[in-house]
Amino acid sequence: MGRMDHITFLVAVVIVTALAFDFTNGFHDTANAMATSIATGALKPKVAVVISGVLNIVGAFLSTEVARTISGGIVDDALVSPGMIFAGLVGAILWNLLTWLVGLPSSSSHALFGGLIGAVWVGAGSDGVHFDKVVEKILVPAVASPLVAGVAALLATYLAYKITARSRRKSVEKGFRFGQIASASLVSLAHGTNDAQKTMGVITLTLISAGAVGHDVGPPVWVIASAGLAIGLGTYLGGWRIIRTMGKGLTEIESPQGFAAEAASTTVILTSAHLGFALSTTQVCSGGILGAGLGRRLAEVRWGVAGRMVAAWLITLPAAALVGGVSASVVKHGGDFGTAVVALVGAAVAAGIVLVSRRNPVSAHNVNDTHEVTIRTEPPARVGTAA
Amino acid sequence: MNLDWTALGQVTAVSIGVTVAVVVVFALGVLGLARYEGARYEGARYEGAKEAGAGDAGGTSALSLAQAGLCFLACAAVVAYGIYLIVPQFH
Repeated sequence: MGRMDHITFLVAVVIVTALAFDFTNGFHDTANAMATSIATGALKPKVAVVISGVLNIVGAFLSTEVARTISGGIVDDALVSPGMIFAGLVGAILWNLLTWLVGLPSSSSHALFGGLIGAVWVGAGSDGVHFDKVVEKILVPAVASPLVAGVAALLATYLAYKITARSRRKSVEKGFRFGQIASASLVSLAHGTNDAQKTMGVITLTLISAGAVGHDVGPPVWVIASAGLAIGLGTYLGGWRIIRTMGKGLTEIESPQGFAAEAASTTVILTSAHLGFALSTTQVCSGGILGAGLGRRLAEVRWGVAGRMVAAWLITLPAAALVGGVSASVVKHGGDFGTAVVALVGAAVAAGIVLVSRRNPVSAHNVNDTHEVTIRTEPPARVGTAA
Repeated sequence: MNLDWTALGQVTAVSIGVTVAVVVVFALGVLGLARYEGARYEGARYEGAKEAGAGDAGGTSALSLAQAGLCFLACAAVVAYGIYLIVPQFH
């Protein structure tokens, strides 16, 4: 039984990495629920991230139906080994951090799927990847969901302004701000039930494959608790760079628009989940915000920022797949040593990204000061701000 | 690969319908609230001596408040349904 030691080391590494991914997931996606509420002043930045963090933890504990598959059929789960999961997670974490550095909202789910696809492709051959499922479960929702949220938010924003056009501005702003608190909280709760589950599923299936838990049991309480805490803590720390882009960068948001965008996002997320579509919260919320910008005034949308964001969406999956694939090949050929090397290199790159971000930090205190996220210290040329 | 166009169409129709309905109802609520606050503001300015609720302004403001209350209640019901959908223990 010499293999047990090998598996235990790898399983421990996978669990730690999965929790690290969960942390970046929360951190990356705070913006989805809270960016517009922070931008319109409906919630103070610190209050917003506390509410969002707590609701993410609550959401994690609420879901009973933990993901039964790691990927929803995108890769052949029977061929997936803990080493591939580890490699895939490394790819997803690094891509999440890189997009956070440049302040771009990109999908954490796509990063995870991309990482896994790359790792499985290298680890088990291209037969392990179900490309038709990739189209069905990732590409189609990725195109459709932001469009639907955008159109819904556009119409709703237009009508909201039409209806309240002749009312006291102060009362209107106040009323919609109040509504935003409810709509943003719903997005956070839905996020906790969906995304925390993914990590729980990854850890549980790793434990099952190692024989640590039985096939038909749910995740142990410590898995639920640690996954919930990791995503909640990440949410609380807040990816302020992405919050700035989503709340200020895409368009200048007023409270009726924020409410319309969040209402659209919540509705699309809930109806899709109800009908079994997997989708990216990030893309839905960005679509909603763009629609809300268009609904008030066409020129208000900064198309340069929107374009870079869409480009990031397109690259997310392949980029994470590339890192996942390279990591998987090192793990495959290097064994435990290779795993340790990948973990160390990954940690070093992550630390480097955090260090670079310090040069131009974005925090609760300055998140609403400007609409740009830069990584240089000198004032940057005005790139991508022209209409 | 077979795409479920019907489900996709359903998501689209339901999402747009529900979003627009909720935001319109909420906007009508805000409209009522704004009228109520506006009336009170005016009332405070001109009718210092009069008793509260007297005259036309009082009637309008009560009506506006009722409109706001009803609309916000309807939105609260939708939020409650949303929570019901999110929490699996409820179904």
